[in-house]
Amino acid sequence: MQWMRQVGLLALAVALSALVTRPAGADELRIGFLAPVSGPLAQIAKDMVDGFRMYLDDHKGDFHGATIKLIVADTQAKPAAAVLQAQKLIKQNHVNMLIGGVLASTGYALAPISTREKVLYIASVPASDNLTQRDAHDYPYFVRTGWTSSQPNHPFGEWACQNGIKKVVTIAADYAFGYEQVGGFQKTFEACGGQIVQKMWPPIGTVDYSPYISSIKQDADAVFVLPVGAGMLNLTRQLQASGIVPRMHLIGSGATFDEFVLPNMGDEVIGAYSALQYSAAIETPENEAFVKEFRKRFGKVPGYFAESNYTTAMLIDAVMQQTNGKWPGAEAFIKTLTALKVDAPRGPVSFDDMRNPVQNIYIRQVEKKKMFGDSKAELWNVVVKTEPHVSQFWSFNKAEYLKQPVYDRNYPPCKFCK
Amino acid sequence: MSRQLKILAVLALLIAVVVVTPHTTPFLLMLATRILILAILAMSLDVLLGFTGIASLGHAAFLGLGAYLTAILAVRYHFGLGWDFWLVVLFGILLGAATAAVFALFALRARGVYFLMITLALSQCVWGLAYRWDSLTGGDNGLNLPGRPMLGPISLGNDTAYFYLVFGFFAASLVLLYIFVESPFGRSLVGIREHEVRMSILGYNVWLHKYIAFIVSGAFAGLAGVLWAHVSSEVSPEDVTLTTSVDALLMVVLGGPGTLLGGVLGAVIVLFLREYLSTLVPWWPYVLGGVYVATISYLPDGLLGALMQRGRILAAGVTPAPESVQPPNRAKKLEVNEGGVS
Repeated sequence: MQWMRQVGLLALAVALSALVTRPAGADELRIGFLAPVSGPLAQIAKDMVDGFRMYLDDHKGDFHGATIKLIVADTQAKPAAAVLQAQKLIKQNHVNMLIGGVLASTGYALAPISTREKVLYIASVPASDNLTQRDAHDYPYFVRTGWTSSQPNHPFGEWACQNGIKKVVTIAADYAFGYEQVGGFQKTFEACGGQIVQKMWPPIGTVDYSPYISSIKQDADAVFVLPVGAGMLNLTRQLQASGIVPRMHLIGSGATFDEFVLPNMGDEVIGAYSALQYSAAIETPENEAFVKEFRKRFGKVPGYFAESNYTTAMLIDAVMQQTNGKWPGAEAFIKTLTALKVDAPRGPVSFDDMRNPVQNIYIRQVEKKKMFGDSKAELWNVVVKTEPHVSQFWSFNKAEYLKQPVYDRNYPPCKFCK
Repeated sequence: MSRQLKILAVLALLIAVVVVTPHTTPFLLMLATRILILAILAMSLDVLLGFTGIASLGHAAFLGLGAYLTAILAVRYHFGLGWDFWLVVLFGILLGAATAAVFALFALRARGVYFLMITLALSQCVWGLAYRWDSLTGGDNGLNLPGRPMLGPISLGNDTAYFYLVFGFFAASLVLLYIFVESPFGRSLVGIREHEVRMSILGYNVWLHKYIAFIVSGAFAGLAGVLWAHVSSEVSPEDVTLTTSVDALLMVVLGGPGTLLGGVLGAVIVLFLREYLSTLVPWWPYVLGGVYVATISYLPDGLLGALMQRGRILAAGVTPAPESVQPPNRAKKLEVNEGGVS
């Protein structure tokens, strides 16, 4: 009796999945969108899907003749679940491409599938450097439309040094995302004459930062922060409570002050500097329209998770324009995509030969002000300086840069830490 | 149902699964492969939880060690991608058993909730190693395996071939574990579960029995780890987190502890709800949570336990007394033990 039930369940499942599986139509572009819809990153997933859908809805699901079929799959922020969903999207839903993922581990789990199955994977968020650097030749079907972790921090390090910051203490989350951002900052900051005098690596999800704060070297003049996880709002609060801020400059990763958390932060972050390829406060007509429309639909200011996926949709649309709505195959699609140049909300976006965006990097400062005709003063990442056309290799020689190891906990070594 | 009939029913079910699954959709085939692997893990845990009566919150560690061993050998030494895959299977089982042998030395000093905490702590150590030993494990990024093994002309990269392989390991594990728990040794484990003091007074070395049960459990969990590494061709610290241990525990509790097949049923339900329902609706976690709560509140012996109880009552033609909370399978096994004593 029991096995009959199980067989019945199986039969039901087969029937259900038969409903889901339909052969891809001639002018249908099938997109598998992988996002951590459930779990700790659910809010980020919502921003990602909202960003992509907004562009899609603006164009009524039609990219120059190609009808877009968007299938959102839940990765649960687990690489193994992401792999299963990706395989399902490829083998059962016959998608033309995969988009998304958040964590580097998800990006690294999905990239080999794209190689094995010869399916395009557009990483709109995962930022780990090597996917488009030292490992790029392993993943020919991988294209990034977001950023590499070190990309905004190269110009940021140089800018900080040129603007009077001499000695910096870093407090960054203890994993590759933290290492690569601090590493990028350190490389250019020290090349220009600055000194990183102390590096601290609290684990992801640290809630109480006071042990780290109490050991900050007092002769530093700035503290670089990149907290990740449940307690990420506490670090800046505790820095202010301890008096370190405003005595020292507060600087940090662009992700730390991104608009997806900024509304939850208090006035302690006013004045903080960071760098990223996007800020909701970029004063261009494209961005103003984007921010206003996003706010109207979803009741919040878009951050880079939303912008990156909006721009990804825009890029796909631009490719479809050139192919008259026909799917050209993954190789040709990548060729066309990486030769494009579009004006996104973040500014002009093109690609380097390792399939990573070349884009503006904005040095931003948090200010409380009214923007885009809104009546209430809020926190915004006001652009202080625009560094145009920044590639993942910044001003370095690409071949030499790729010879150095990827930024790590101990690389570059901390010469001034003692 | 008599014992022979039960075995026949399970056999028929297994044959149905192995015949039908490859003809369903690719997704169901991949899902079934994962279910079978996690079913091995759940069954290995059931040896401890259901038969010996000790709940471990650290089974992700053995799974993780098997998986990382497979990944590290494949990535760093290109080992285990041909016929030497069978050696990796052997190493995975041995590593699981050896680690369990070490862990048990610490964990078996305690019982109940303290045992739970020690196993949890030890498995977190393994997670810490996976997360922080960058040079070996790839840290948070995890490790990507170069692909599944080639066994002569058969490529396990083919999902159907890999399903058959996993099914083979699953069936073998089921048979071996069934023989194990039905053996006199397995019976003495049930005796320990029911009355530890009595067993030790009778002259059984209770500690040694538990120790061996723990090692056997670790060995099968290690096997599950080797298979798990190849299922998605990647291993990450996420596989070793507490969530994986809790999942295994819930699968056993959901299906019915002390039944072996209960863990399998639990694995089917949990993975099906999580991976299949999640493709249909965003509120799937509520369904899974509801199933857990309902099972624990209304079917404390798990789904299979409740079914078996029902079947037995129907066969006997009597209605159950409302206050009879003693699960019949336990009562029966206790009788056997006491029968042996008197």
